[in-house]
Amino acid sequence: MDFGFTQEQEMLRTSARDFLTTECPPELVKELAEDEKGYKPEMWAKMAELGWQGLAIPEQYDGMGMTFLDLSVLLEEMGRAVCPGPFFSTVVLAGFAILEAGSEAQKKEYLSKIAGGKAIATLAITEPSASYDAAAITVEAKADGDNYIINGTKLFVDNASNADFMVVAARTRQGKKAEDGITLFVIDGKAPGITTTPLNTIAGTKECEVTFDEVKVSKDSVLGEVDRGWPVIDRVLEKAAAAKCAEMVGGMQAALDMSVAYAKERVQFGKPIGSFQAIQHHCANMLIDVEGSRFITYQAAWKLSEGMEATMEVSMAKAWVSEAYRRVARLGHQIHGGIGFCMDHNMPLYFKHSKEAESLFGTADWHREKVAQELGL
Amino acid sequence: MDFKFTPEQDKFRQEIRDFVKKELPPGFETGVGGHVETDEEWKVARAMTKKLAEKGWLNIGWPREYGGQDNHMFSVILNEEMNYLCAPGLDFGGVGMLAPALMKHGNEEQKKEHLGRIARGEVVWCQGWSEPEAGSDLPNLKTRAVEDGDYYVINGQKVWTSLAHHADWCFLLAKTNPDAQPKHRGITFILVDFKTPGITIRPLVTMAKERSFSEVFYDNVRVPKKNVVGEVNGGFKVAMTAAGFERSGIYRIALALRNVDRMIEWSKKPQPGGYVPAKDPVVRQKLANIYIEGRISRMLAYRVAWLQSQGLEPEWEASVARVFGSEFQQHSAEVGSQIMGLRGMLMKGSKWADEDCNMALQAMLGIGATIAAGTSEVQRNAIALRGLELPRG
Amino acid sequence: MDLDFTQEQDMLRNSARDFLTTECDKKKVREIEESAEGYSAEIWRKMAELGWQGLMIPEEYDGMGMGLMDLLVIFEEIGRNILPSPFLATVALGVPPIVEAGTEEMKKDFLPRVASGEVILTLALTEPSAGYSPDCIKLKAEAKGDNFVLNGIKLFVEFASAADYMVVAARTRSGADPTEGITLFLVDSKSPGIKIEPFATTGMDRQCEVAFDNVSVPKSSVIGEVDKGWHIIEKTLKIATVAKMAEMSGGMQAILDMSVAYAKERVQYGRPIGSYQAIQHMLADMFIRSFTSKNILYEAAWMAAEGIDCDAKVSTAKAWCNEAYKKVAEDGVQVHGAIGTTRDHDMGLYYRRAMAAFPTYGDTEDHREVVAISLGL
Repeated sequence: MDFGFTQEQEMLRTSARDFLTTECPPELVKELAEDEKGYKPEMWAKMAELGWQGLAIPEQYDGMGMTFLDLSVLLEEMGRAVCPGPFFSTVVLAGFAILEAGSEAQKKEYLSKIAGGKAIATLAITEPSASYDAAAITVEAKADGDNYIINGTKLFVDNASNADFMVVAARTRQGKKAEDGITLFVIDGKAPGITTTPLNTIAGTKECEVTFDEVKVSKDSVLGEVDRGWPVIDRVLEKAAAAKCAEMVGGMQAALDMSVAYAKERVQFGKPIGSFQAIQHHCANMLIDVEGSRFITYQAAWKLSEGMEATMEVSMAKAWVSEAYRRVARLGHQIHGGIGFCMDHNMPLYFKHSKEAESLFGTADWHREKVAQELGL
Repeated sequence: MDFKFTPEQDKFRQEIRDFVKKELPPGFETGVGGHVETDEEWKVARAMTKKLAEKGWLNIGWPREYGGQDNHMFSVILNEEMNYLCAPGLDFGGVGMLAPALMKHGNEEQKKEHLGRIARGEVVWCQGWSEPEAGSDLPNLKTRAVEDGDYYVINGQKVWTSLAHHADWCFLLAKTNPDAQPKHRGITFILVDFKTPGITIRPLVTMAKERSFSEVFYDNVRVPKKNVVGEVNGGFKVAMTAAGFERSGIYRIALALRNVDRMIEWSKKPQPGGYVPAKDPVVRQKLANIYIEGRISRMLAYRVAWLQSQGLEPEWEASVARVFGSEFQQHSAEVGSQIMGLRGMLMKGSKWADEDCNMALQAMLGIGATIAAGTSEVQRNAIALRGLELPRG
Repeated sequence: MDLDFTQEQDMLRNSARDFLTTECDKKKVREIEESAEGYSAEIWRKMAELGWQGLMIPEEYDGMGMGLMDLLVIFEEIGRNILPSPFLATVALGVPPIVEAGTEEMKKDFLPRVASGEVILTLALTEPSAGYSPDCIKLKAEAKGDNFVLNGIKLFVEFASAADYMVVAARTRSGADPTEGITLFLVDSKSPGIKIEPFATTGMDRQCEVAFDNVSVPKSSVIGEVDKGWHIIEKTLKIATVAKMAEMSGGMQAILDMSVAYAKERVQYGRPIGSYQAIQHMLADMFIRSFTSKNILYEAAWMAAEGIDCDAKVSTAKAWCNEAYKKVAEDGVQVHGAIGTTRDHDMGLYYRRAMAAFPTYGDTEDHREVVAISLGL
């Protein structure tokens, strides 16, 4: 057993941190929350030059051929910087879907575009029911000659407004079980009949409503097998949950670091507030949460990286980290007192991040139910 | 023992509800503690204040000799109902803080000049206490007041001043003796006309994107000596009186109780796809639990109010009510995020956001609950040191 | 609004405290716990002399004719001091059904003997399913001539081993509605066919299994009407729950007092541990838990005493007190450090009782569910 990161991973971490410190400072993060695009194309291009979008894409598709675990290290740093933009949706959501289920031609086309930073993409799964269960997929794709006609509404589609293409889960057949009859399609983000409306979210993330009105797609746009899309979605959602946890761990670490630093410098009653045991114990509790979260996240990430069954570990991680980040963000604010409550402070970035991340790819309660099921209860 | 409210109290409660229904534009809602954001909303708030004053409700808790009805319980009930309905108009600063301080420590001239106008809702007062270096450690404030003939000259910076950009006057704490030991013995309570030259107001924007309070800079602001309330260097005592009138914390609790009720109503609605949160056992347990916390919070607040209505001054007992109530406010928003899932991240007005139940904003407001007006840590110190009489470290 | 106890109640509290301090110190508590009977007949007699057993028995039956709030005061003191005894079983479980629904003859026959301390009572309600809902009552009572024949098993019957008579909840009729068809019987514990076996419990409170094997009881032993016993049980449980919560409240107070005193005297690193903020804040939280429990208990008890509809309020209180007492007990041990875990220390006496109290008359989840239902969820 080895709880350490490799030298390459440490180097990746350091270089990522350096890049993001320069390219994605908190001031920019706050600006981008109000920005229509929500990301900077220049930053996107620079990331591509560093090979970030293609980090976990196999070399034959112009990627770096690194592992999910390596990507998690990168995502942790992005979480630490609360880096906004379509990286997660493109690389984790769309990227893994195509890697998982795409034909050779589709992988060649889409993955190399992603790796080169030439395409922004996302995954459209959830609908107005806001659920990650198979039964929640009701958007219809009706076979029509050489095409499919898609109708319905997707909700909470990350960065759909920026997406060149979307991987869309639609129901092609009413099966006996909800898991049967779901098909994935790769669709042009601006195809006729698609209307994308960004929602107004607490962190300014570009989660969108996407409506499909008689959207015609060719049979070639099917990703994987017709009617057999759910297992792909399931695996991608697991990766997404674990990846989100990695991001959350980064955010938690930043909140902790910030709070400890502040506790050391902020003087009240003639002493640094970090000398008061109540504050000390807050910091200690934050650290306990960060460390525990890091461990449980990387346990899941490692298993996924190794191609092992990881349903239990992923759900344990997401359930745990969702609540740990909430605790850490709250304590971070408590330690900072009034100034942390101001818009121009950095703590709110983490609080808002935690509020979105806690329910993305499943809330703590939803994942605890999964754990219960895995336990055979 | 008797936990009932009197028939008069119940009647008053209903009257308040009728009043708000009649006088407030439908759908109008304030933020925490009656905060309003836009100028139009401010106009509505001022109009409500005048109407409350006309009804004799604005200062209903004041002693009769100052035009009140000596009815502390009524003032707490008014506080609860107005805040539950998110209705503006109550005057926390003038009626609730400065006036009691003037009554106890002010001279006749000051009472005559200010109390009547406060009672009629004619003046907006703000509180100039906290500073960047004086949060929990208020006596550490640095704003100086230096004697110059018949004036004090004030220099310094205040922060977290609510309503500064609307205020006519400010009740300020300034340091008149920087060498005093302990520090609080060098502080003077002084009334500042905000039209005085040298005052610059810079609104701060909270993480909820509200301009809830401001920084206020004092640059050689000349204030007449006659505006000192109480003794020079005896201002801390005056401030404690000001802070001691509203000890129940009911306004936060009322807002949070409203959160709970909104969540209960929301949970009964079938979501797209058919899921009814109210039927989910996990949701039921969470809602029942936060409801329980709410009932206890409310009763704790009324207990403090009841003690005050008997002329008592519950200090550390009020800390219990305040810390419990503010943590209840925070928890109420947390439960909201948990049960609303993805929907919990939507801001008010977003497509697909529930019109009535918006826990994203409440989550942010909840963060301030355990910090403002005495952090949870400070409240626990009070309970431990003054209530349980544990030794100092 | 008046949140004080009356002068009489304060006097009752003081005299109860004096009595218990004198008659039942912690050495005596331990002796009684270990004894065969689990209670002291001598103390029982003295309690009767004070009128305790007859507290809520109407004066016409030789009782004191006092109310639930007065009973609450006594139970708070009992909880604070600890008194292993069939007192709660008798006055809160056994007496209420008789007072509520017994015939004049039954009341005249039994109540004076209970008030005098001669007769000990209990309630045999729960069965191996360990639930408090009406569908859990399965013990059969079949009408046979002038008698009923009881068959089945009751579990967790408090002090059945000491009780002269038991109020037994049995099913006389099965139907669609489980609240219909329950009958209460006042049964002589020495009736042929009854087998009583106490088992070892955390609270050392002589919880027993009571097996009924063709136990024949006369028709005159029916309390109230045949098939209509459930509402009597509901009323009784309310009183018992208030009594139990009062005990819990007293226990929390004792733990708090003990812990504060210890924190003031125990010196480590050159100062009393109560001067460390972590301990100060822990004690502050213990106070808050104890105080809030008291307040909600008093409100619930007052409503019950006034006859105001209060099922939800009682459940509110029990749900709260359950969690509060457990946490206060855990923190009490924490404050005391290692000695708090020893058998010799008094903390253990309270800790065990906190753990025993929380499932009694409904655990936290059960009571929250009652509240949820009352909210229309």
